[in-house]
Amino acid sequence: MNTILQIQNLSKTYQSAERTLTVLENINFSIDAGSTVAIVGPSGSGKTTLLGLCAGLDRSSAGAVALNGIRLDELSEDARAQVRNQHVGFIFQNFQLLPTLTALENVMVPLELRGEKNVQPQALELLDKVGLASRAHHYPAQLSGGEQQRVSLARAFSNKPKILFADEPTGNLDAETSEKVVNLLFRLNQDAGTTLVLVTHDLELASKTQRILRVKGGKLVSDERTGV
Amino acid sequence: MAWRDSRRNRSRLFLFISSIILGIAALVAIFSFGHNLRRDIDQQAMSLIGADVTISSNRPVSPELQPLLDSLGDLRSEERSFASMVFFPRSQGTRLVQVRALQGGYPYYGKLETTPAEAGTSFQNGQQALVDKTVMLQFGAKVGDSLRVGNLSFEIAGILNKAPGQTGISATVAPAVYVPLRFLAQTGLDQKGSRINYRYYYKYNREVDLKALANKLEPRLEKELVNLETADSERENLGRSFEDLTSFLALVGFIALLLGSIGVASAIHVYMREKLPSIAILRCMGVSGRQAFLIYVIQILGIGLVGSVLGAALGTAVQLLLPQVLQDLLPVEVTVGVSWLAVGQGVLIGLVISLLFALLPLVSIRNISPLNTLRLSYENTSLLKDPLKWLVYALILLFIFGFTYLQTRQLKDSFYFTLGVLVAFLVLVGIAWALMWLVRRFFPTSWSYLWRQGLSNLFRPNNQTLILIISIGLGTAFICTLYFVQSILLNRITLSASENQPNMVLFDIQPAQREAVTRLTRAQGLPVIQQVPIVTMRVEEINGLTAEKVLADTTLEVSIRAFQREMRVTFRDSLTSSEKITQGTWRGKVAAPDDTVFVSLDQSYAERLKVEVGDTIIFNVQGALIPTVVGSLRKVDWNRIQTNFLVVFPTGVLEEAPQFHVLITRVPTAQASAAFQQKVVRQFPNISIIDLELILSVIDELLEKIGFVIRFMGAFSIMTGVVVLISSVLISKYQRMRESVLLRTMGASRKQIYAITALEYFFLGALAAGTGIVLSLAGSWALARFSFETEFSPQLLPVLVLFGLISTLTVVIGLFNSRGVVNRSPLEVLRAEA
Repeated sequence: MNTILQIQNLSKTYQSAERTLTVLENINFSIDAGSTVAIVGPSGSGKTTLLGLCAGLDRSSAGAVALNGIRLDELSEDARAQVRNQHVGFIFQNFQLLPTLTALENVMVPLELRGEKNVQPQALELLDKVGLASRAHHYPAQLSGGEQQRVSLARAFSNKPKILFADEPTGNLDAETSEKVVNLLFRLNQDAGTTLVLVTHDLELASKTQRILRVKGGKLVSDERTGV
Repeated sequence: MAWRDSRRNRSRLFLFISSIILGIAALVAIFSFGHNLRRDIDQQAMSLIGADVTISSNRPVSPELQPLLDSLGDLRSEERSFASMVFFPRSQGTRLVQVRALQGGYPYYGKLETTPAEAGTSFQNGQQALVDKTVMLQFGAKVGDSLRVGNLSFEIAGILNKAPGQTGISATVAPAVYVPLRFLAQTGLDQKGSRINYRYYYKYNREVDLKALANKLEPRLEKELVNLETADSERENLGRSFEDLTSFLALVGFIALLLGSIGVASAIHVYMREKLPSIAILRCMGVSGRQAFLIYVIQILGIGLVGSVLGAALGTAVQLLLPQVLQDLLPVEVTVGVSWLAVGQGVLIGLVISLLFALLPLVSIRNISPLNTLRLSYENTSLLKDPLKWLVYALILLFIFGFTYLQTRQLKDSFYFTLGVLVAFLVLVGIAWALMWLVRRFFPTSWSYLWRQGLSNLFRPNNQTLILIISIGLGTAFICTLYFVQSILLNRITLSASENQPNMVLFDIQPAQREAVTRLTRAQGLPVIQQVPIVTMRVEEINGLTAEKVLADTTLEVSIRAFQREMRVTFRDSLTSSEKITQGTWRGKVAAPDDTVFVSLDQSYAERLKVEVGDTIIFNVQGALIPTVVGSLRKVDWNRIQTNFLVVFPTGVLEEAPQFHVLITRVPTAQASAAFQQKVVRQFPNISIIDLELILSVIDELLEKIGFVIRFMGAFSIMTGVVVLISSVLISKYQRMRESVLLRTMGASRKQIYAITALEYFFLGALAAGTGIVLSLAGSWALARFSFETEFSPQLLPVLVLFGLISTLTVVIGLFNSRGVVNRSPLEVLRAEA
């Protein structure tokens, strides 16, 4: 299998006035294309920071991040933005939809940012897949939390990403809605053959992935296969 | 609690401070200047008038009055002044000046400041003159040169630098030449019919109650149409006119403050939104709505005080510049110093305005529910539902009205000013709402994403459309109106200065000189465009009413000035192209000596005299009374350069009256003008020449100076507009950070983020500037039409440049503020938001 994400000796430190705060220290792992991986750990363990570095949202203090063979740590912010637009999808705990755009327009954004034309049918198809074709012209404020997260799923898949990063995707949803969203996430992921990396402290959700990376105190403490 | 609570968001409060600093500075500067000027006028009033008592008349005083005049004062001086041409033999230059023939020790207070200093008094000892420094400079004349006034030559004894009561501007319009009075007769200029002003200056060496003296003399003097001035009355008159000036400038400064207040309301609005969770938590812990409200009122007052004090300090510094800016318009030396009264007024106004405008968003605090700790929702209480908001709006209007009234003391003007501010505000609010509605309603879904995102930001939640359109719109409207008014005033003058229009007027031509002057003019190759006889007279009776009756009965509507005015009247048998009869019938000829004399009056003059067609007026033509009947009213186009008259007599009445003639011509070049003037002055020393080009350039200069003062004050508004613009954009930056970062996360390039921001601010800037310009066009049109009574044809190019500038400035500030967004790590911001 091909490696989609390669992390080598990754560290992240923050400089405060008096001392240096190490959030991540010497992390090493790689992820195969098409696999599903969960990063788990207690609050403050550095898992969201790790996800951000893997996705090219931030720069590491040391070490290398290669996404689809591209060294993100060597790129400028603009170049990383281009990589994100071409290869990466995101799902956030608080959905992060643009409040001024309708559900349909939100799904269209990543494609339009690429400069693609006539993207509406494609976006509508995705909304249909997440069961929201009828709410295409609603604004985020007019949708429930579960619906907003489903729009965000459709948006994440719209640019046909090679890798999808999800940060606590069910953190703001009730149990029933969570289950629906998770099922949808895994189904879409399987259909598209996308690599899924999700950050969670929900062990039940983590157990649905093929591999669990445990982070504690900024260090990778275990790397287990779940047998899925 | 109020202090502790403000700790984290003081940067927002700084925006609030910066919005009012400039407005307060403008007011404190003007107030300080006003107070200092008032004090200086009080202190220098004696040297302004130069004597204890001045008596003046535009005709020789009657023999009956002379003994009274001779009995006044311990020291007396006499002066006769009139406009006349003077000739500088060395440079062959001629110039219209104000000749002041003086005898006696005037001025008794202050002095004629001359170079050399002693010339101010010594010139009276010989056949010598003092010449204003501007004229000396113009002709390159030196002390010791000779100067011809009428038929007599004088030696220039000194350069006149300053005379009592004289301003820089008055010296430019009518520069003075002092000569000893005893030589006046020899100049040949003191003839019957000459327009001479007679002045008598008195000084008392003992303590005299001048007010009582003035009260005693005035009834007698008024009857003879003679004026009396004392230092007190001068102080009052001057004080009043400069109060008008400082009031006007204070209103200009007040606009800056109002503009800043919008910034206050906007900054506090955003501040309150950020404080919402804290307030909800406080409410959960049992703080009452009123207590929460008070916490923030104390904060606002504290910050308002800091802003006002800073503004007052800046204003006190700025007032040091004002005397320099206004120096040519001022008759006194203005001393600068801290005016604690002005500082106090400024700080108080700053506090009131901070509180009033902050109250708008603050009153909503009372309604914040503790439930907000669980679910954040900040919905503005509907205006209709909260009567307290209505009260705040009413208080703001009352404050604007009150401030304007305190400045102008005119109920009507204050009402219109407040109404104007309200209308401009409502129009801008209406436009902003209409824009949001229209963009939402007709959203161009087929446009590219960047355009759609830029547009949708206009109506997004927490958008800044309203505040930016109001602040940019009001700022633009104000700048634009200043520009339009100045160009209206200038146009009125330059309109008349265009080619083929007459540009030189010769007056005081005696009947015997008429033919010779006409010949001379033609011989020079110059056209005689118009030549008319002029007879000076005044009104003796209007429908049986005399000056005495009008003075005795104050209920009469006719002004005493109608009788005091010395009028220049012509006679002819036909109308000119600039006149049109609006009422009655034009009768151009009186056939027999006993026939009724039907005169024609300018219609506005008839309105002022309260006369209609058929009414009777008796004119006093230098002693001879001529009864007339108003036969017709005329509409006169006063903008044309030609002799126009308030009263026109028919032929057959005034032919034998003492008169002079006016000749109007056009000289093609400055050289031709100089040559012609020299010839006229040499042959006919009594004839005065007005070079309209010179007058136009003086008026132009005067308007430029006044315009500069207004622009100087207007600059405060413009700078406040920019500060409010920057703070509004900064405020919106905090709100859109998340969105831009999200776009960055999804792969938007720096260029795309900038494009979205630029488009949004361009829409806002262009619409607000456009609305401001339209508002100002409407206002300027109304001013031109109703106040200046002239055509309004604005030039498009400068307006387009202003539009482009403001739109670009808005975009640049918007982009400058977003640079932080694209430079920050997306993760950092997303985490902060989570």
